[in-house]
Amino acid sequence: MNAFTSRAPVRHALAVVCMVVASTPGHAGSGSRTPPDPEFLAECGSCHVPYPARLLSAASWRTVMNNLDRHFGTDASIDAATAATIRAYLEANAGAGRKVSADPTLVRVTQSPRFLRKHHGIAASVLDGEKVKGVANCGACHASAPGGRFSDHDAHIPR
Amino acid sequence: MVKAGILALCTGAALALAMDAAAAVTPVDLLKGYEASARQDAASFAGFSAERGRAFFQSTHGNEWSCASCHTQDPAASGRHARTSKTIAPLAPAANPERFTSAAEAEKWFKRNCNHVLGRACTAQEKGDVLAYLMQATPGGTR
Repeated sequence: MNAFTSRAPVRHALAVVCMVVASTPGHAGSGSRTPPDPEFLAECGSCHVPYPARLLSAASWRTVMNNLDRHFGTDASIDAATAATIRAYLEANAGAGRKVSADPTLVRVTQSPRFLRKHHGIAASVLDGEKVKGVANCGACHASAPGGRFSDHDAHIPR
Repeated sequence: MVKAGILALCTGAALALAMDAAAAVTPVDLLKGYEASARQDAASFAGFSAERGRAFFQSTHGNEWSCASCHTQDPAASGRHARTSKTIAPLAPAANPERFTSAAEAEKWFKRNCNHVLGRACTAQEKGDVLAYLMQATPGGTR
């Protein structure tokens, strides 16, 4: 506990710097976004890549977070405090408008309008093939997927 | 670019702080905890068995999946999530020192995965058997 207390001022300074930088609007067109929440990355990213929050509406994310004990056929339940943090991050960064489905029961990011549009034209045989191993395996093509970043620029389809 | 760099640093720092805040324990500590629980569950408790843990780990328990479905038959090797294909770091502490260093983390995963594989919670005896098995698994060693 001593180590924790003695480093507290450093932590506070770091936290302030991070909050100020994170709240500064990014330059238009630079692709800057609020970095994914660390708890979201750690928890959601432990079984699959941390899918971009903007692919689903806030209502869809609420459906996901309300059913974590039955999450795509498995139990992904987490403690209430962590769930609250992740829920807040997802709802704050959720997609809106025509880029997402208005249907709150649509919870598969791979069926969201934006995802389908972005991946339109990639043959199912490639997505389900030996190298990609399924459409949910984002990291097969998106090198920065484990960090929650998806960009056309660093996407490379292995064939 | 500078902002992106600072934010990347901040994300890393936040992760480190979060890990730091969790109470660090050792696999031996966790095993002792399961032993105390197992004794409470049954006065006839006669210790944990790595061999029983191995059989438990590899059994599908009448359902679709076993622990080994994702973690493979070798807990000192990396696994692969059966649905998402995501790589799973080795479970054996000898191969991955981060494993079983947080009671909350261990309990979170036992709850989820026992529910998935067995359709129920695991007993302290079962968790201890599995942990004993994982603790004696070594990279490249015999199973």
